[in-house]
Amino acid sequence: MSNKVFDNATAALDGLTFDGMTVMSGGFGLCGIAENLIAALRDSNAQNLTVISNNAGVDGFGLGQLLESRQTKKMISSYVGENKEFERQYLGGELELEFNPQGTLAERIRAGGAGIPGFYTKTGVGTLVAEGKEHKDFDGETHILETGLVADLSIIKAWKGDTEGNLVFNATARNFSPMMATAGKMCVVEVDELVPVGTLDPNFIHTPGIYVDRIIEAACEKRIEQRTVRERS
Amino acid sequence: MAWTRDEMAARAAKELQDGFYVNLGIGIPTLVANFIPEGVDVTLQSENGMLGMGPFPYAGEEDPDLINAGKQTITTLPQSSFFSSAESFAMIRGGHIDLSVLGAMEVDENGDIANWMIPGKMVKGMGGAMDLVAGVKRCIAVFDHTNKRGDSKFIKACTLPLTGKNCIDMVITDLAVFERPAKGERFKLIELATDVTLDEVRAKTEADVDWQL
Repeated sequence: MSNKVFDNATAALDGLTFDGMTVMSGGFGLCGIAENLIAALRDSNAQNLTVISNNAGVDGFGLGQLLESRQTKKMISSYVGENKEFERQYLGGELELEFNPQGTLAERIRAGGAGIPGFYTKTGVGTLVAEGKEHKDFDGETHILETGLVADLSIIKAWKGDTEGNLVFNATARNFSPMMATAGKMCVVEVDELVPVGTLDPNFIHTPGIYVDRIIEAACEKRIEQRTVRERS
Repeated sequence: MAWTRDEMAARAAKELQDGFYVNLGIGIPTLVANFIPEGVDVTLQSENGMLGMGPFPYAGEEDPDLINAGKQTITTLPQSSFFSSAESFAMIRGGHIDLSVLGAMEVDENGDIANWMIPGKMVKGMGGAMDLVAGVKRCIAVFDHTNKRGDSKFIKACTLPLTGKNCIDMVITDLAVFERPAKGERFKLIELATDVTLDEVRAKTEADVDWQL
């Protein structure tokens, strides 16, 4: 059995990063992002990155760090509203951006990882995202052709993982990560808790280890974007 | 008196039916959860991967791994479930969600909606909005009737990049409520906000609608 366990984020990305590469990064906003692996990708100094992620982090944190360092050439995302530096670079023509509807983005990644090169969807028909795409009617309704997405590297965060790479996610920190694990040529995972094989119940594995190439245990900050509470009555 | 944000949300909440699976957008639509009528049991879906969204947590009980699509901290309920984004949008795109309540920058008389970008000015993105309007059984748009300059936002034809075509079933503004019996048909005024006159709403509406109350 090959050893998938690495000591830290820098070691886990060693030999996997290069200029012009495409990276998938899990998370919804700052929830469920691979904080340590994003920082290690920044420190690898790989340039001209295409980053596929639902959001672009916030100023100075998460994927915002790769914007600040100008390592990101292009983002493929569905919503980037929380990042002023992103807006500035994009409106200034310094950053390429491909907006995908969130469900289309998730399905494109799922399809890419499953060896499905394209699929038809109603989402986006009659909008900017349909421009230049093949249109086809099914049962009297118009659909557009969307293509599967793959990446050179996926960096994701899970709650628990075992040394074989079987993963369990926590709550809404799961989001895009299970699909991204399947769609990266290499998938590197950071977990809150690394456990021996046999510890996790096979009935409750979210991502089977076949998709995971390297795994680290690492503490992270887990910053909250919109802390919202209710009063005790 | 035009309706407040809370009053608009309360009006939208009257459209909830027992047993509905519902997705609420960011802003005024989120407030709809505060006005769910007594005896009506609905399950709120959050497109980042949760069914059965609970209320906001008490201070000190926030979990960074547990948020809604607006990135706000939330809680679970006994019936809650978590899933991936692909599963979440299979629910939405597969027509399994009964009702979506969304904010809007513009809605037009054909039921087209624009709510995701202003070219050259604002770049936020559509998030899940294009999937919701294309896949959810019934879509309600909730927005202020006019913009800051006093121009109508319920218009003849959207001028901003569209989120979806022919997809809005009901319009709730701070001045009035409009509905159409089916997609492709004409909107009809069905209700005026408290103390708002028909003349005022007509003067502030560019869309061609059936005004017969």
